[in-house]
Amino acid sequence: MIRICDLDFAYPNGPFRLRLPELQLPRGTHAAFIGPSGSGKTTLLFLLGGVLTPRAGHIWAGELEITALEEASRRDFRLRRIGMVFQEFELIEYLTVRDNILLPYRLCRRLRLNGAVVRRAEALAEKVALGDKLDRFVDCLSFGERQRVGLCRALVIEPELVLADEPTAGLDPASKALVVEALLGYARSSGATLVMVTHDGDLLPHFDQVIDLGSFQEAKP
Amino acid sequence: MRDLLHLAWRYLAYHRAKTVVLVLSIALILYVPIGLRVLVRQARAELASRAASTPLILGAKGSPLELVLKVLYAGRQDPPLMRYGEAERVAKSGLAQAIPLYIRYRAQGDPIIGTTLDYFAFRGLRIAEGRQMTRLGDCVAGAEVARRRGLRPQDAVVSSAENLFDVGGAYPLKMRLTGILAPTGTPDDRVIFADLKTTWVIEGLAHGHQDLSRPEAAAGVLARKGANVIGNASVVEYNEVTDDNIASFHFHGDPAAYPITAVIALPRDEKAATLLMGRYEGAAAAHQILRPIEVIEDLLRTVLAVEKFVVAALALVGATTLATATLVFLLSLRLRRREMETLVKLGASRGRIAALVASEIAGVVGAAAVLAALFTWATAAAGANLLRRFLIE
Repeated sequence: MIRICDLDFAYPNGPFRLRLPELQLPRGTHAAFIGPSGSGKTTLLFLLGGVLTPRAGHIWAGELEITALEEASRRDFRLRRIGMVFQEFELIEYLTVRDNILLPYRLCRRLRLNGAVVRRAEALAEKVALGDKLDRFVDCLSFGERQRVGLCRALVIEPELVLADEPTAGLDPASKALVVEALLGYARSSGATLVMVTHDGDLLPHFDQVIDLGSFQEAKP
Repeated sequence: MRDLLHLAWRYLAYHRAKTVVLVLSIALILYVPIGLRVLVRQARAELASRAASTPLILGAKGSPLELVLKVLYAGRQDPPLMRYGEAERVAKSGLAQAIPLYIRYRAQGDPIIGTTLDYFAFRGLRIAEGRQMTRLGDCVAGAEVARRRGLRPQDAVVSSAENLFDVGGAYPLKMRLTGILAPTGTPDDRVIFADLKTTWVIEGLAHGHQDLSRPEAAAGVLARKGANVIGNASVVEYNEVTDDNIASFHFHGDPAAYPITAVIALPRDEKAATLLMGRYEGAAAAHQILRPIEVIEDLLRTVLAVEKFVVAALALVGATTLATATLVFLLSLRLRRREMETLVKLGASRGRIAALVASEIAGVVGAAAVLAALFTWATAAAGANLLRRFLIE
């Protein structure tokens, strides 16, 4: 379960401020964050992932209070237990598709890269129609293909929490369908919690919970 | 660590042009001073050992270095010539054994050294194949010459014409190769040895031709004055010494006046050496007598001074190159800021990212060090040839 309590966040040099008195996302929930640009959707996602730290308040992931963790532990938690899909892919240009997918295993000493992991990466790539592009560099891929590489990288560690920041923005319908199907499919099959930031109203019926950060009202789909 | 090395390798391989330039720059900066030092050390060892084993060299006044390099390495520069009579004078003095050397002609680029059999004994040269030269027109080849040219005993070695356009110049002489020397690892491997008189034949100071007193040579007789017979241009001159014509070879004039390049003097003892050197002292003397080791040490002092200067200059260039390489790294880090941010977002620690960059730097420096070591090894292997080419020839 994700639980937020009295959250208060502000960027050091800017007027933006995010206040969230309380939010609960039960384990296995598929939640969507919606709202206008600047309403703090991505910021909240990064706070949940421990990329940003709040000025005040608490965030729990299950029994673990993320906001109470040291930076090193927070990074380690993020690498091992959270799969993050970024709006701008955040891929490494000098790595092949395969190496980009396996990157978390190269960065975290506690994740062991072995044959099973490589096979899992290849199966994920196959599922999102990247099986024949594993040895290509990412700058040779289309927009949609790059997003799918980012998706595979997020899922390869088999995370218990998936945070996706507008993963379908700018994608063609085929790529969008592949990404959404892969995310929801993984969340359903593994029981992981999925939180997705989206502007795409067509996707909302797929989610159990839709949180409108613009008005900060929890809405039913 | 393996994971970081993998990522570092991927980065370097992806930016291969930048990597190659960096590796080459750093390799050269590492290699040039080390290679230079290796070369200078080899030069010292090679030049000093050869010079130290040659007690005294007597030659005509001129450049001491030119004379010493000619005698020790058969260099291309020709020092002024002296007369053979001076070699006889040294021998007659009883102070030293005199080994005359005439090093002027070549056979397809390889120097021909005209000398006596004493030279072979002095340098410890041993025939590995065939036999020693025994008569006029014979020669023996150094091991490297024989290997390079595929020479075997009984092959012919032809001296090169000195000047194609000089009709009065030395004509090629076809010499008989009687033996091949065992390799010594010294410049003697790269020369052809002939008897001193053979080199005078090449020069034209001795020659063989048809016997004009015989009836079949009547067409070649221009005039007869008592016992003297004057031949015309149709007289056949021999360009090869054979068992049939060797008797016809003869010398004109006094051999004491014949040219030689130098005399290696092997003094009986230090006192004899001092006495001998004393005889050739003074500005008016037409000859110079040298201790080769002193001349070579002078040369090495110059080489070492140049080396120090070059190393100092290289230190500056090296510092500049390293500064540039550092700048390239720092600039590339700025360009890679987004990549670093991505790694942080994914959960990589600053230490892990620093280790990744350090692995890339280590990869570049390591590759440069390996390349520099290979260059140095190649320099050490080819050092003797490089020295001969640039310093001696």
